[in-house]
Amino acid sequence: MKVIEHKSIARDTYQLILKGDLIEEVDEPGKFVHIQINPEFFLRRPVSIADVDFHEQTLTLLYKVMGKGTDALTEKRVGDQLDVLGPGGRGFPVASLESKHALIIGGGIGVPPLYYLAKNLVERGIKVTSVLGFRSEADVFYEDEFRELGEVTVVTNDGSYGEKGLVTDVLPNLEPTIDTYFSCGPGVMLKAVTEHLPHLPGYISMEERMGCGIGACFACVVPTPDMDEKGYRRICCDGPVFKAEEVVL
Amino acid sequence: MDIRIDLPGLHLKNPIMPASGCFGFGKEFAQFYDLSDLGAVIIKAATGEKRFGNPTPRVAETSSGMLNAIGLQNPGVDSIIEIEIPFMKGYDVPIIANVAGSTVEEYVQVAEKISDHVDAIELNISCPNVKEGGVQFGTDSSLAEEVTRLVKEVSSVQVYVKLSPNVTDIVAMAKAVEAGGADGLSMVNTLTGMRIDPATRKPIIANGTGGLSGPAIKPVAIRMIHQVYQAVDLPIIGMGGIETTDDIIEYLLAGASAVAVGSANFKNPLICKELIDELPDALEKYGFSSLEEAIGGAHDEKTPSSLFRT
Ligand SMILES: Cc1cc2nc3c(=O)[nH]c(=O)nc-3n(C[C@H](O)[C@H](O)[C@H](O)COP(=O)(O)OP(=O)(O)OC[C@H]3O[C@@H](n4cnc5c(N)ncnc54)[C@H](O)[C@@H]3O)c2cc1C
Ligand SMILES: Cc1cc2nc3c(=O)[nH]c(=O)nc-3n(C[C@H](O)[C@H](O)[C@H](O)COP(=O)(O)O)c2cc1C
Ligand code: FES
Repeated sequence: MKVIEHKSIARDTYQLILKGDLIEEVDEPGKFVHIQINPEFFLRRPVSIADVDFHEQTLTLLYKVMGKGTDALTEKRVGDQLDVLGPGGRGFPVASLESKHALIIGGGIGVPPLYYLAKNLVERGIKVTSVLGFRSEADVFYEDEFRELGEVTVVTNDGSYGEKGLVTDVLPNLEPTIDTYFSCGPGVMLKAVTEHLPHLPGYISMEERMGCGIGACFACVVPTPDMDEKGYRRICCDGPVFKAEEVVL
Repeated sequence: MDIRIDLPGLHLKNPIMPASGCFGFGKEFAQFYDLSDLGAVIIKAATGEKRFGNPTPRVAETSSGMLNAIGLQNPGVDSIIEIEIPFMKGYDVPIIANVAGSTVEEYVQVAEKISDHVDAIELNISCPNVKEGGVQFGTDSSLAEEVTRLVKEVSSVQVYVKLSPNVTDIVAMAKAVEAGGADGLSMVNTLTGMRIDPATRKPIIANGTGGLSGPAIKPVAIRMIHQVYQAVDLPIIGMGGIETTDDIIEYLLAGASAVAVGSANFKNPLICKELIDELPDALEKYGFSSLEEAIGGAHDEKTPSSLFRT
C-alpha cells in the first residue's frame, strides 16, 4: 500500500494513512493488517485498523514505537510503498449487536481499533460512551475524535490529564443505561475490566506475538474455559476480538 | 525444464513443499494459491492425543530468523485423519504426515493410524520444544534407530526421518536411522536457542528455549546435508532458511533431492508458489539442463560448470 500521510500525534505515537485495494475487504471494525516493515525484519508486525475511508480508499493506522520494528516504521515517507497483508482476523460483530448504549474502554495503544468501532456503532444509532486510559498527558491521542462520537472520560495513571488512576476506577460512575462493553488494551487491563463488568455482555480485543498471522502456525493461541471442546483460540484468525467469556485472560 | 522428481513413495511435480508446522493443514494457504501446484505438503505434527502446547509468547524474532516453541499443538491423530486430511485430499498433491510422540509406543501408534491416509511419513524425532520425547529420540542414535525400526514395521508408506541439528555427529544419526530402515531423510529441524529481554531480564519465549529457523540456520543445514550425502545412501529433503531459488540450488548441490520451505511462509504466504514458478529459469541460469544434474552437484568434481567455462 502507498503511504498518503504520516505524522506524530502524541509521544512516540504516529498516525499512518495508507491507500490500496485491501480496504475493500474491511467488512467490520477490529481487524488488523500485518506489515512487513522492511526486508531486515524476519516477522511482520500486526497493527489494528483504526479507521477506513472507502471513498478515498485509505485506511488509518495508529501505532506507538515499542521496539526496532515500529521505530523503523517511523522512517516511511509519503509516497513510499509498504508491504501489507490483510485485513486479518475477526473484528467486532457490529452487524448482529443488540445494543442501545455501548461503553468503550481503551488503554494506550489499544485505543486505535476502538475508534473505527465507535464510528460504526454511532452510524448504527447506538449511543457511545468512551473511557480512554493513558500513562500520562503526553501519551493522550484521539480524545477529540472520540468526543465527536459521544461522551469521553480520559484517565491518566499519573493524573497529569483528566482523571487520575486506572480505567476501572471510573467504571462505577458511568450511566446505568450502558448495556454492552468493548475493550482493547494491555492484558492486565482487559482482565480487570472483565472482572469489573461481569453483569454486562462484553467484547475484548487481544494481542499476542504472531508468526504467520493467518492461522497456520499456532504462535498466537489463548486458552479457553474448561467446557470449550477445542481448548484454544488463535488471536490472528479466530480473534483478535472475542466475547469476554470465550477466553481465559 | 522438467522439474519433476521421484522419491521413495512420492511422485513430485516439483521439488518444493511447505515444511511441517509452518503450513498448518493447508487450509489457510489455500486462499492464496492452488495447493495442487505444490510438490507435496508436509502437515503439522500429529501426536496420539490432542495437545495444547506451550504457554505464550511462543515466538521471538532474531537476526535473520526466529525462535519458536509451539510445543506440538495439534488436535490429535484421530481428528487429523477425520477432519484435516480429507480437506487436503481435495487437492492433487502428495501428503506427508509429520509423526511425533513422547514415547516409542506413541510414535508407533500415530504412525500406524495415519499411514493409511497419507503418501509418506516424516518421523519427527527432532522437536526441541517438548519436555518429553521429541529431541531425545533425535540425539541418541540407538533410540533413533529403534524408533525408526518400529515405525517402519507398522507403516504402510515410506518413512522419512527428520533429523535434529542439535547433535555433534550428524553422520552417526543418519547412519543409525538408515540402519533402522528409513527410506529417506528430512534435514533439518530447528536449532535450540534463546533470546533474553534486557528490560524484563527473562527469556522472551515462555518456554525459555525455542527452535531457531530461517536464514540464520541455512549454513548449518547445508553443511550437515553435504556431510550426510557422502555417508549414507538415502534421498534427502533439505530445509532451513529457504527464501530464494538460489537457496534451493544450494541445497540441491549439497545433496538434497527436494526441499521444504518453513518460516518464510510467514513473511510471504505465496513463497512456495513463487519459487516453483521461478526454479526452472534459475536452474537454467546456472547452466543446469535438469534438476537431477544439480542434486549432489557440489560433490562431483568432474562436473563441468558451464557458467565459468563460457
Ligand atoms: C492484533 C494486534 C493489533 C495491534 N494493534 C496495534 C496498534 O493498532 N497500534 C500499535 O501501536 N500496536 C499494535 N499492536 C502491537 C504491535 O504489534 C507491537 O507493538 C509491535 O509488533 C512491536 O514491534 P517492534 O518491532 O517495535 O517491537 P519488538 O519488541 O522489537 O518486536 C519484536 C517482536 O515481537 C513482536 N511484538 C512485540 N510486542 C508485541 C505486541 N504487543 N503484540 C504483538 N506482537 C508484539 C513484534 O511483532 C516482533 O515480532 C497490535 C498487536 C496485535 C497482536
Ligand atoms: C512455528 C514453527 C512450527 C514448527 N513445527 C514443526 C512441527 O510440528 N514438526 C516438525 O517436524 N517441524 C516443525 N518446525 C520446523 C520446520 O518444519 C523446519 O524444519 C524449520 O523451521 C527449518 O526451516 P525454515 O528455516 O525454512 O523455517 C516448525 C517450525 C516453525 C517455525
Ligand atoms: S500467528 Fe500463526 S496462528 Fe496466529
